[in-house]
Amino acid sequence: MISYRTRALVLVSGTAVLVALVFAWLGAAYGVRMLVEASCFALIALGLTIQWGYAGLFNVGVMGFIAIAAFVSMLVSYPVNDLFWNSDGPGLLCWAFLYAAIGVALTYAASQTHRLGLPKKYRTLLTLIVGAASYLAVTGALDPAATLIEAEARFVGGFGMPVWLGWLLGGIAAGALGWAMGRITLGLRADYMAIATLGISEIVKAFLKNADWLTKGTLTVSPLPWPVPTPNELGFVMSRASYLAVTSILIVVVYVLLERAWASPWGRMMRAIRDNELSAAAMGKDVNRRRLEMLVLGNFIIGVGGAALITFSTIFDPGSFQPLNHTFLIWVMVILGGAGNNLGTILGALLVYIVWIMSEPAALFLFEHGANLANHMFGWEAPADLATRALQMRVFVIGLVITLVLRFAPQGLLPEKVVKYE
Amino acid sequence: MGETGILAALPMNEFVFFINKGLIAGLIIGSVYALGAVGVTLIAGILRFSHFPHGDMMTAGAFFAFILTLLFPTAGALFGLPTPFVLMPLAMIATALFAVGIDRVFYRPLRANNVKPIVIVMASIGVMLMMQGLIRLFAGTEARQMETGSKDIYRIPFGGRDIVLTEPQLLLILFTAAVVVALHFFLTRSRMGKAMRAMADNADLARISGISTDHVVRTTWIIAGGLAAAAGTLLALDVSLKPDLSFNILLPIFAAAIVGGIGKPYGAIAGGLLVGFTETLAVFNWGVLLRPLQPFVPEWLELPQKLAFVPTEYKIVIPFFILIAVLIWRPTGIFRGSLVK
Amino acid sequence: MSLLDMTDIHGGYGGANILNGVDIAIDANQIGVIVGPNGAGKSTTLKALFGMLRVSQGNVAFNGQDITNFAPEKLVREGLSFVPQEFNVFPTMSVQENLEMGAYIRRDDFRPLIDQVYGFFPPLKDKRKQPAGELSGGQRQMVAIGRALMTEPKLLLLDEPTAGLSPLYMDEIFDRIIAINNSGVGILMVEQNARQALAIAHRGFVLATGKNRFTGTGAELLADPEVAKSFLGGGE
Repeated sequence: MISYRTRALVLVSGTAVLVALVFAWLGAAYGVRMLVEASCFALIALGLTIQWGYAGLFNVGVMGFIAIAAFVSMLVSYPVNDLFWNSDGPGLLCWAFLYAAIGVALTYAASQTHRLGLPKKYRTLLTLIVGAASYLAVTGALDPAATLIEAEARFVGGFGMPVWLGWLLGGIAAGALGWAMGRITLGLRADYMAIATLGISEIVKAFLKNADWLTKGTLTVSPLPWPVPTPNELGFVMSRASYLAVTSILIVVVYVLLERAWASPWGRMMRAIRDNELSAAAMGKDVNRRRLEMLVLGNFIIGVGGAALITFSTIFDPGSFQPLNHTFLIWVMVILGGAGNNLGTILGALLVYIVWIMSEPAALFLFEHGANLANHMFGWEAPADLATRALQMRVFVIGLVITLVLRFAPQGLLPEKVVKYE
Repeated sequence: MGETGILAALPMNEFVFFINKGLIAGLIIGSVYALGAVGVTLIAGILRFSHFPHGDMMTAGAFFAFILTLLFPTAGALFGLPTPFVLMPLAMIATALFAVGIDRVFYRPLRANNVKPIVIVMASIGVMLMMQGLIRLFAGTEARQMETGSKDIYRIPFGGRDIVLTEPQLLLILFTAAVVVALHFFLTRSRMGKAMRAMADNADLARISGISTDHVVRTTWIIAGGLAAAAGTLLALDVSLKPDLSFNILLPIFAAAIVGGIGKPYGAIAGGLLVGFTETLAVFNWGVLLRPLQPFVPEWLELPQKLAFVPTEYKIVIPFFILIAVLIWRPTGIFRGSLVK
Repeated sequence: MSLLDMTDIHGGYGGANILNGVDIAIDANQIGVIVGPNGAGKSTTLKALFGMLRVSQGNVAFNGQDITNFAPEKLVREGLSFVPQEFNVFPTMSVQENLEMGAYIRRDDFRPLIDQVYGFFPPLKDKRKQPAGELSGGQRQMVAIGRALMTEPKLLLLDEPTAGLSPLYMDEIFDRIIAINNSGVGILMVEQNARQALAIAHRGFVLATGKNRFTGTGAELLADPEVAKSFLGGGE
């Protein structure tokens, strides 16, 4: 049996060699870009490893949380759109928000009428009616506002605040969404949580894609401001390297905090809950509350990482969020690297991302040549969309890796360290 | 004049429009959800995990039917029915075998290792991605039209306008009804059907009664796979064959299964129809129904032309909210049985 | 030759063994009763016998054939039948369907057997269309035992058949167990209610810490002052 230390060493050096190869082959600008993206994914993966590895929470809606965080970050940090502020838009939006506030208040009041002695049956009915009516009123107020904003100002624009604040608020938004979802699903079977998170992420995407007045929809928002000088000022390598410095610091901070938290009594309690929920509950631990904390904390980190990832790409395109790239790829990173092991997760993220990014040209190359060969040998005519199809092979491979890891290496490359107490 | 007068006063145009775009459309999509949800609920009840690749299994089934149609384009003419429908049983068999094979390769080893159920869910997500990749690799990402020959369209005159039903839609409704009846007899009369219910009720007791887990699991996959293929094919016949159906159909199907109560096939059918109707009626433009009232309301009050609860782009929100509502208020489903467990 | 012969059984759920050398032997048509304090390994012995727990050492012979570590499905075909203590019916299925599931391995016409079970447990006949989960505890126990009888077993294993039942039902169940035994079915049961159970036992086994402490006929054990003192509670 190889010791944990040797395993870690082999993995670190293997990853380093791979990175060096990419630098040598494709140049520093590309290499640094890849590292920045990989580091953002590593942050997201750390968030997910908290949820899955530490708390056993099955979040398959990572994409939605990345998207909401990226959106909030864009809203906070994008330059102010004067067209919007000089139009009637803000006033109309205020009305819509006022309607919404009144609607929520009325609906809540209706849901409490049983205290006044209304039978529960009628209370539910009343609540539903009031809720539906206020919903219609709000959409009725919002629609003209949206149309006006789209016509006069394209979209709301941003608030022109610093980028770091955007990332922070993005993380908080992702955490808040996770909190709302956790309140609903944490008491239920784990499958339901998976279904609910999947649903949430698709809804977030549908919303961001269609709310043109907020996000410009398919027209996309760019360029997103960076927290560091842009390539125009410093050149590609230097500006990307400073971006990398920012994300690396974030990773180190998160890593150190997590390691310390994990070794603390709090971490011990979390492991106890994960490994034996019943006895932990019998010891008087509020299992679902602790899990909710983990869900929110994990989502916060996912949000920050996601905001960093999208900011780096300089373009906010709601259509670009894909379950494959923004949910399942991260799952592969976590379970391959070793769920519940922070170092394993970070290395897993780096390794998987490098393989992932390199697999695109590799798949195209293979299919191109395969098609040529088949054409020579059998006169087979390749379909016109061969390139897009070739990329689908990567979906297959991701799925295959998940099933293989689960079956043959459920612990991942770097298994969780078993803490021993003397 | 009497009755005809009343009939004439009724806004027939709008009413028939409502039947066509509201009720029939809801029934159609509801039937598709129902056929899918039966498989999901059986798998969840007997194998105890949420089967994420179900949408892709539907696509795979439709794709099998598509290939068969290309191979035997004239099969339909023999019966005077659309070719894919005639060949659908073969596609169902192929998909059923495919499902059994996937279970052998991917899920059974995990079950044998006694892993936590959630690990099997995760493996099913892996299988989902693999199927998505394969389907899009072979079928491309474009939507395709099923070769049906001519689509018969039935028009039932109703108060001056026609209720319109296409042949694939009629077949879908009839097929779903037949499935409900067949499933009922299978589950209540046949030895294997009862064994499946027993396994869903109490797996340990089923085992010590000598019921073979392997047989029951195999039958479950055969039914789930076959019905998924039928749902996929019929949906593709009605609309088109889309390789990216996966996620969009997964949520309504899960919602239907959970609404009906996990492990209850009749519940799944009712749940499927409920989700289908709710979805359709939520995006339905109720403004059309209000229009005839315009002469009777005061001039200053203009009735909205467009009045839908949810814009079509947000259709996916509906099954999600149904799902959440049921999970919060009645996690055992709306047909609450007085079950021990 | 004895019907069942368990010799020197060791086993557990991984980790420490629960059984440390249990010996059980009963002849055809006998009632065997296992009693003992909590944690003595009584139910575990039944589970080890019925292939639900791995036997690490020792042998189980049934009808002279070695059946050590056979899977439950296989043991049912060999003529053993098991009634667990809890979750022993199919709750959403009707009484009749529960009995049919008991006969799952049979391909012949088992309707006479169902009638026979209704003969043993007359209250079930009126409730045969009712879901088993809606029945009272005692009636559920009847369904459970009836289900196990549907294979016409040579040996019926009962895990605390009277646990949680009212005294009235308890007597009824003991009564039925004797009737079933008289019809030619061997019985091996675990009972908390030691006195009453030993009174009907041909063979009694007192287990403690996974081992036999006393073995004998039911009457012998009841008469043994030491058994009475340590295991049967205050004498009457």
